[in-house]
Amino acid sequence: MKPRLAILLGSVVAALTALVAVSPRVVAADKVDPAADAKAFQNFFFQKFPKLKPEEFVNGPYSMNEDLKRQWQEKEEFPPYEFALDAGKEMFATPFKNGKTYADCFPNGGIGIRQNYPYFDVKEGKVITLELALNRCREANGEAPYSYVKDEMASLTAYMAFTSRGKPFDIKIPDDPRALEAFENGKRYFYTRRGQMNFSCASCHVQSPGERIRAEILAPALGIMNAMPIYRSEWSGMGTTSRRFVTCNSQTRAVPLEPQSDEYRDVEYFLSYVSNGLPISGPGARP
Amino acid sequence: MASTIRVRATNNGDITEVQALIQHPMDSGFVKDAKGELIPAHFIQELKFEYNGKDVFVADWGPAVSKDPYVKFSFKGAKKGDELRISWVDNKGASDTTTAKIS
Repeated sequence: MKPRLAILLGSVVAALTALVAVSPRVVAADKVDPAADAKAFQNFFFQKFPKLKPEEFVNGPYSMNEDLKRQWQEKEEFPPYEFALDAGKEMFATPFKNGKTYADCFPNGGIGIRQNYPYFDVKEGKVITLELALNRCREANGEAPYSYVKDEMASLTAYMAFTSRGKPFDIKIPDDPRALEAFENGKRYFYTRRGQMNFSCASCHVQSPGERIRAEILAPALGIMNAMPIYRSEWSGMGTTSRRFVTCNSQTRAVPLEPQSDEYRDVEYFLSYVSNGLPISGPGARP
Repeated sequence: MASTIRVRATNNGDITEVQALIQHPMDSGFVKDAKGELIPAHFIQELKFEYNGKDVFVADWGPAVSKDPYVKFSFKGAKKGDELRISWVDNKGASDTTTAKIS
């Protein structure tokens, strides 16, 4: 079995080499080009929903259905994330035991910076999300880290998103092969089918936005990060990006990863990058 | 600690429309926590809106009302600038009160 496989593989490699030699453009198309990916990703959604303005995609399922949109607009008069927002504002201003605050850990005192997260840290060679940065800030100041999925973390990120509302996502990919790799890993995770249902993230959020899955209207992947964190009626509470990824995995009956694992950070990096230019709308409210 | 009650009351001549959002777990007593133990019932029993010392809206609530309840109603006879007093008492004896100006 093994030698035959080797011969087979050998001939495939030979054939591929021949192909490459004949048409070098195939190699060029395989190169990681995030800017072209983002353009293609956005154009796909713009063509699928020609009536929607680009900035409307950040409202998720509400951009897809008129009735739902009306209900949401009424709800926005009294948004359910209001308590979390107030709590987050208070927490953000309250100093740690050592007298320092969250503002000391972030550029511009942490105000109006949500659109720059996640970013690729060239020193560490990894993607740093806002949730991760907040917990690192706590630990650097001698405080215990918060749960990544809800409660305090959701309140803090809600406040930070609120101060950045309307600012366009501005995710950068530095000139570093590891950053490209992180982007590519995130992209691969997003398009890979997994779990009992054999769904990828894209099955719902690229292939079927606007359609129903049971009673829910699926959100478009474009702009999906802009509204984080979100209040979900289904959770009757707030959840962070981490919580959304974990529940997406469980709902498709895949095994969820640890919040803030490398894969989740990479997929957040990918998803945020391809929404570059669309405004931050968080904290959001979802059914 | 900020108030658990958010109110908006708007008057358009004859009718005053009131919207309120209240922060409360509203545990029914039938739900188990992650360890499999019952979360004890904890819900608002009485919610009251008073205008000029008179009750304009009183709700007798039970465990069937959902978490962080939202209420909307309207009543006649109020003026702009007047005050509305809102209070709740839950089954554990906890309570909160706030006032809102009718705009």
